[in-house]
Amino acid sequence: MVLSPADKTNVKAVWDKIGTNGAAYGTEALDRMFLSFPTTKTYFPHFDLSHGSAQVQGHGKKVADALANAAAHVDDLPGALSTLSDLHAHKLRVDPVNFKLLSHCLLVTLAAHHPAEFTPAVHASLDKFLASVSTVLTSKYR
Amino acid sequence: MVHFTAEDKAAITSMWRKVNVEEAGGETLGRLLVVYPWTQRFFDSFGNLSSASAIMGNPKVKAHGKKVLTSLGNALRDMDDLKGAFSQLSELHCERLHVDPENFRLLGNMLVIIMAKHFGKEFTPEMQASWQKMVAGVASALAHKYH
Repeated sequence: MVLSPADKTNVKAVWDKIGTNGAAYGTEALDRMFLSFPTTKTYFPHFDLSHGSAQVQGHGKKVADALANAAAHVDDLPGALSTLSDLHAHKLRVDPVNFKLLSHCLLVTLAAHHPAEFTPAVHASLDKFLASVSTVLTSKYR
Repeated sequence: MVHFTAEDKAAITSMWRKVNVEEAGGETLGRLLVVYPWTQRFFDSFGNLSSASAIMGNPKVKAHGKKVLTSLGNALRDMDDLKGAFSQLSELHCERLHVDPENFRLLGNMLVIIMAKHFGKEFTPEMQASWQKMVAGVASALAHKYH
């Protein structure tokens, strides 16, 4: 799967539009994921996962910042995500299936907050971008 | 098997009443074909699917999307027996249409995204969780008779 120039343009435009809402959207996506896909909670036994939890907010910001960094370096995702890739492979070891679940909830969040921008073409670009990020994050698993 | 609480059922049916099935059907199926182009493999007879705008404007896509969502809407009356409700459609999708059940999961998630786009804040995380159960139940029911 290759991100076309149009995909990259779409991704950067979306992240410009997200602006300072990144942390809020990251948190919302996590809330959605924990509710819709309870098995994802198994990776956070040490967290308070109730709505409004400071730990979930902190983690939502982390995820959002990482995605914003990826969007800014969309021409070199392996480079931009190298440290996170190592972390996921050697320490976190989140089963690859879960990246699809979080990606889906990120798309739901973006669709809910930016319906006008969420055209079919932009939707496709975002789906590809999140899939590419997921691939990089699981690339060193074995 | 999926278990729907009374809250799930109330949330699902109340939101469904506000859905324009014709529009949502076309949008859902259209986006499936745009975002996951390999799903076009089942629709060789649909004519022009060469671009996002061609797909979204294609009358056969819209008509088929409406058919699919109408069927889903009908099943909401039978949420406690989705396998029964979709039994014949399951056989059809396996024996005649040869559709990989993974496609039902993709379409279900696409519907969830369309609902988020349409309902915005009203599509709360709790509402989404009920709908994810619904689409998972439908996908599972449609795959149930596969052999």
